Amino acid sequence: MDLSPIWLTLKLATITTSLLLVAGLPLAWWLSGRRSFVKTIIEAIITMPLVLPPSVLGFYLLLAFSPQHGLGKWLHEVFDIQFVFSFKGLVLASFIYSMPFMIGPIKSALQQLPVSLAQASYTLGKTRWQTFKSVLLPNIKPSLLTAVVLTFAHTLGEFGVVLMIGGNIPNVTRVASIAVYDSVEQMDYASANTYSLILFAITFIMVIAVFIFNKYQAKSPLE
Amino acid sequence: MISIAIEKNLKVYKGRHVLKVDHQFATGSTTKIYGPSGAGKTTLLKVIAGLIQPEQGKIMVGQQCWLDTANGTNLSPQKRMPGFVFQDYALFPNMTIAEHLAYATSDQQWIDRLLKLGKLDTLTDHKPIHLSGGQQQRLAILRALAIKPKVLLMDEPFSALDPEMKAELIAGLRLVFKEIGATVLIVSHNPQELDDWVDNELYIA
Repeated sequence: MDLSPIWLTLKLATITTSLLLVAGLPLAWWLSGRRSFVKTIIEAIITMPLVLPPSVLGFYLLLAFSPQHGLGKWLHEVFDIQFVFSFKGLVLASFIYSMPFMIGPIKSALQQLPVSLAQASYTLGKTRWQTFKSVLLPNIKPSLLTAVVLTFAHTLGEFGVVLMIGGNIPNVTRVASIAVYDSVEQMDYASANTYSLILFAITFIMVIAVFIFNKYQAKSPLE
Repeated sequence: MISIAIEKNLKVYKGRHVLKVDHQFATGSTTKIYGPSGAGKTTLLKVIAGLIQPEQGKIMVGQQCWLDTANGTNLSPQKRMPGFVFQDYALFPNMTIAEHLAYATSDQQWIDRLLKLGKLDTLTDHKPIHLSGGQQQRLAILRALAIKPKVLLMDEPFSALDPEMKAELIAGLRLVFKEIGATVLIVSHNPQELDDWVDNELYIA
């Protein structure tokens, strides 16, 4: 039994979630502030993967990063970076595809905090960063955990977008969801079942953990 | 002397209202600000603190200009550092009483003294959710005083206190205000409240 797709999936989910946490926190903080037209547009773009068919997103990523033309060609020639049919490409696609799952809960939680919390901190002489780190962030912990788990779990289950940009290369881009599909194609139901059960168990444990952790802090862990 | 001359448009039910204040407050004085709901009492405090920008105006605190819309001067709340007691207390849910005060100042002696003043010295490891309304309100006052502000802005600061606690706290606060030389502006809905204590009154219509 080849478990490399499972390890590759976990590696992809860990890297994607870490990158999204670093990029998503400041972005969600910025979006949670006073509304503007620019923010509305950016928020709409971030939300698009929720409603767009994954294959469509994957198709455009494939075109954009194809080493034969445009941006992909430039990246390949100048920086020797190739996103198509590589693990880097999977990370990029997952980053874009899972972004709303990280940004959404954090932004909502920040918006629900009374504005007077930050104001009180400012009048004590604290900077915006000190206020974010010491006052705002500790008070959105349940939503932060929800965002991390949803992002991780969502990345585990990605299929269409990953298949479009990464293909099905063993040990490189063949993640668990693709391994399931591939095994079924080859009538290897036993392997498909094993991969599926492992994915099911991991995601179930994660969701249950969030429900337990947030039990006393949020009305619904998916808020 | 604190000199304030501001104009701020307020959105009110079915229309607009212009908050217009032109007033001087003597250094070290205590002034009660009162008036009907929606007149802009809280907004005035927030304008002074730098949390809300007025359309036009000038605020001078001693020789320092905090705001002058004519030449674009507008100090941030962090530079003005007024003590501010919010009407909703604005306590930090993640912090204990001790952590609230330690967040504001590193002067442990001052913290100990404030805790005694607010009768919260036995509850230092409690978070706001485990405090009564009166205890929360006292913590909000102590946190504002922790930075020894020269200007103290208090929005309905005694509304959750029983008369006995209120009288005792006010007696202690008066000494502290004098000691740190704070000019105090207190918003109150009750026209009779604080009459035997404050030096001046400002009515906002």
